[in-house]
Amino acid sequence: MAIVVKRPKLKWWEQLYLPAIFKGLGITLRHFFRTLSGEGKVTMQYPEEKWNDQLPEYYRGAPALVTDEQDRERCVACQLCEFICPPRAITIHPEEIPGDDKWAKVEKRPKTFEIDMIRCIYCGLCEEVCPEQAIFLRKDYAITGTSRAEMVHDKNRLYEIGGKRVGLVNKWNELK
Amino acid sequence: MSEELVSVQIDGEWHQFPKGTRMIEACRQAGREVPHYCYHPKLSSPGNCRMCLVEMGMPPRPKPGEELPLDEAGHPPIQWMPRPVIACANTVAPNMGIRTDSPLTNACRQGVMELLLINHPLDCPICDQAGECSLQEFSVEHGRGESRFREQKVKKPKNVDIGPRVRLDDERCIMCSRCIRFTDEIADDPVLGFTDRGSHTVLTVHPGQQLANNYSLNTVDICPVGALTSNDFRFQMRVWFLKETNTIDTNCATGANIVVYSRENVIYRITPRQNNEVNSDWMPDSHRLNFHWINSELRLTAPLVRENGVFRECSWAESLQVAADRLRSYAGGDIAIIVSARLTNEELLMAKRLAALLGTDLIAAVPRTGEADNYLVSADRNPNMNGVKLILGLDDPVAKLGEIRSGLAGGTVRALIVLQENVIDDAGFTAEELGRADFVLSTYPLANPTADASDVVLPGACWAEKSGTMINVTGRLQRLKRAIDGPGLTLEPWELLRDLIQALGGGNGIYSADELFKQLTHDYPEFAGLTLSQVGDLGVPLIETGQTIPLIERERERKARGIIVG
Amino acid sequence: MDWAFLAISTVKIIGLVFLTILPMVAYSVWAERRVSAAIQDRVGPNRVGWAGLLQPMADGLKFILKEDLTPGHVRKTYYWMAPALTMIPSLLTCAVLPFGSRLFGEKMVIADLDVGPLFVFAIASLSVYGIVLAGWASNSKYPFLGGVRSTSQMISYEISLGLSIVPLLMIFGTLNLGEIVQYQAQNGWTLLPLWGEGLSLKGMLLAIPMFISFVIFTTSIFAETNRLPFDLPECETELVAGYHTEYSSMKFALFFLGEYAAMIIGSGLAVTLFLGGWSLPFGWLAPESTTAEVPFWHGLVHIGVFFAKVIAFILFFIWIRWSLPRFRYDQLMRLGWVFFFEIAVINVLLTAGIMMLPLGK
Repeated sequence: MAIVVKRPKLKWWEQLYLPAIFKGLGITLRHFFRTLSGEGKVTMQYPEEKWNDQLPEYYRGAPALVTDEQDRERCVACQLCEFICPPRAITIHPEEIPGDDKWAKVEKRPKTFEIDMIRCIYCGLCEEVCPEQAIFLRKDYAITGTSRAEMVHDKNRLYEIGGKRVGLVNKWNELK
Repeated sequence: MSEELVSVQIDGEWHQFPKGTRMIEACRQAGREVPHYCYHPKLSSPGNCRMCLVEMGMPPRPKPGEELPLDEAGHPPIQWMPRPVIACANTVAPNMGIRTDSPLTNACRQGVMELLLINHPLDCPICDQAGECSLQEFSVEHGRGESRFREQKVKKPKNVDIGPRVRLDDERCIMCSRCIRFTDEIADDPVLGFTDRGSHTVLTVHPGQQLANNYSLNTVDICPVGALTSNDFRFQMRVWFLKETNTIDTNCATGANIVVYSRENVIYRITPRQNNEVNSDWMPDSHRLNFHWINSELRLTAPLVRENGVFRECSWAESLQVAADRLRSYAGGDIAIIVSARLTNEELLMAKRLAALLGTDLIAAVPRTGEADNYLVSADRNPNMNGVKLILGLDDPVAKLGEIRSGLAGGTVRALIVLQENVIDDAGFTAEELGRADFVLSTYPLANPTADASDVVLPGACWAEKSGTMINVTGRLQRLKRAIDGPGLTLEPWELLRDLIQALGGGNGIYSADELFKQLTHDYPEFAGLTLSQVGDLGVPLIETGQTIPLIERERERKARGIIVG
Repeated sequence: MDWAFLAISTVKIIGLVFLTILPMVAYSVWAERRVSAAIQDRVGPNRVGWAGLLQPMADGLKFILKEDLTPGHVRKTYYWMAPALTMIPSLLTCAVLPFGSRLFGEKMVIADLDVGPLFVFAIASLSVYGIVLAGWASNSKYPFLGGVRSTSQMISYEISLGLSIVPLLMIFGTLNLGEIVQYQAQNGWTLLPLWGEGLSLKGMLLAIPMFISFVIFTTSIFAETNRLPFDLPECETELVAGYHTEYSSMKFALFFLGEYAAMIIGSGLAVTLFLGGWSLPFGWLAPESTTAEVPFWHGLVHIGVFFAKVIAFILFFIWIRWSLPRFRYDQLMRLGWVFFFEIAVINVLLTAGIMMLPLGK
């Protein structure tokens, strides 16, 4: 179905466009002087001023792995985050937890867990898809490094950033 | 089985099936997949999972003298039974009606699913079966979103060691008994069974026994859930990442049809692929697990040329030039070629051309024999000895091996070309014998003693890295397909042979594997008229060898007796 | 030709071109960024130096240190020539601009030509070669389109540009820019003929065609310098960056600076022709004639006035750029050929008519 766009019939002086041009110039000039006089500036002076305190709870920054109350690594290397990750930033190599380990009944854990922070787009799908509540997006947004290799966060780094998180579902801790 | 056809109504549509067809197969052929766990076409049907319950009906029995009213198409009305029946163990009957999507059927499936899931652990994140698990799939289709079960789940043994290659997790087991039937009926090694009762039933090995036979990993394939998992593949990679390539096994002359699962040029596992003429649905563990060397550190990754006693890595052009220059300096009679019966027909054709170009007829293949196991493993452990015979036109390809050895000792063989073989380890040659030759060119995927004794070593791709065709023990032509890329500068053997022939000054006008196959159809009457797409995934019978595969013969007999569907 | 003349000319060239125009180019980039930021409620570059005043140095350093990439598919000779061909004509034109009256008895103009505006147009039209060559030598689609657009645009607007100053020349009766400014100093600015001997009915009437000329001239200068709202040759939304898409490092910087240099020269020309050049309004501090001696501090004030006017005009340029949207190409061509060309021709006739009126001087 065709949509008829109604175009206003312009007066002759409107057709000159000059009034509109001057009106536009006036608007920009007003903004110019308003900014000069120090009013209406909204830009934050980034390195000096930061948002950290005002970041909302749902802010999506760098993803990191967390451990539970008993320092068990929550990740069981199901690789769903690796699968869902749109830019393929996550690489996981799973391994079996040896029989003499305290958490041998969990059976599986990541041998390596790497997130390429150059690739990561902070979409949060990894957090959403995780069946073990093991990966969370933190509020860190300034992730820097001096080489590409440094920007690949390995398992230790991810646990260091993520730390411990309590109050989550703990299906592995039930008595057996 | 008689070819008498019966009319069956499936979900309101009438179809015709041979008499004796199982209802579940009839539905599958009609495009109505019936969910099932215990049913497997190659095993007997105990009907114990109850997942395949469908609503069935038959025409009412008319009173004496009464005629049933027929509809326009001539079909009688159907009187539906109040109780569902299992589709896997019942056969179709004339004018039978089946409903696979009725409220009753769906209610049955939901009920079965809920009961199966009552004690099933939430292991999916760590379960290797996740992604190819029937329980997962059917619970998406027929399960409730949420569990109504509020009590404690029954705890059963997890991570049980029941054999050298198979791991059991009893909590995940849904008592389909497929594995028990397989070990009993196919592998003739009945070591598995159920103990205890009710919801405490567990699968276990008989006391003092292990699931250790050479076909044990097939139980992992047929297990619909993650109760049986492979120690080798355990926690290696989730299946949804793996690329599947349909190819054939090259560990023996049977040429079992397989699927190679790889990710980023690493093979993670191999499973059998159904081919009722070759390997049914099974394959031996010994062949299935023989792939880890492909990604090993020992792989040759670049051509090597010996200079002053040490090897130097160099480019293909340079190494082939060196080889060609050296080979050209010998008379045809001074050169011997040892081919491998692991080469494809296409590669053998190129080897034949090389022999013709060099003017030698001293050409032999290395034999590999073992004991046939009366199932799938053939005595001939070479995948393509029939191809060597056919392509090179040799009745006994092994015959001239002795002649080459004595030629090496007597100095009449001055140059030796070894294609994809390790003659020191596999053919009993000694390094000293090879040292007598003036020039040795060898190709092989791995570093090996023969390569150490060679002057030019070329990295030839292994079976998973090349494409071609092979002829199995029964004379069936089957396709080998490239699953991964070879490491480094590795070339497929036919490519390196082509380049060598070119370097020797014998242009051949063949630039792709497809052209090679066309050349085969042109050169050999057995191949006449064939195309690669005709050969397809399952292969075609090519020549008569008079040999059979014992397991397939037994399966045919069981099928003829109606024990299995086949 | 004596050595003194050469020495004085060299001093003037270095003083004007290298010590004034080029820094102005750099700082007009800074001004552009700061002003645009203010217009858009932003901050703009404020990190390097006080209020970001060292930003141009940092930018320049960055441009020099960037990898100078010459793509494999370009015509090398022309590709290398193009940036120079854009920058040099812009700088050449400032030779005839009188940037002051007299200082130490020297005329404050590098070359006191008698055909000033003609020289400017002749040289300025050369800069189109730089753009065309860049577009063609880059051997790639976007630069090519940009080059083609630029050519047709510059050629179209050169006509109205030239025609728009014909009325001025008719009034001034000279093509020497120094004398034109002197005339304005004594008789009032072209746009502001309200004092001195020019204050007459005829002068007031002539102000109408002068204003029309000014509008056409300014608009055409916008088009000639490829600035918004006429930046179709660059037009990042359609052509990535137009003719200099394939350029990097200092070669790109030359295009960039050439554009701003052209803007400064355009401003200088507009100031000279319409806004009284170096002269103060109302005949203040106006010298007797082009040959009359000017006190030392008068000369300094005149130079300051000229550059103040130029800077104001540059700010006007920037203001326009960040206020108006880009024209569509057909609109651009229509404006050039259908309106400005006709209006400029009529304007010439109008001026001639007014001048013929028997209204005294």
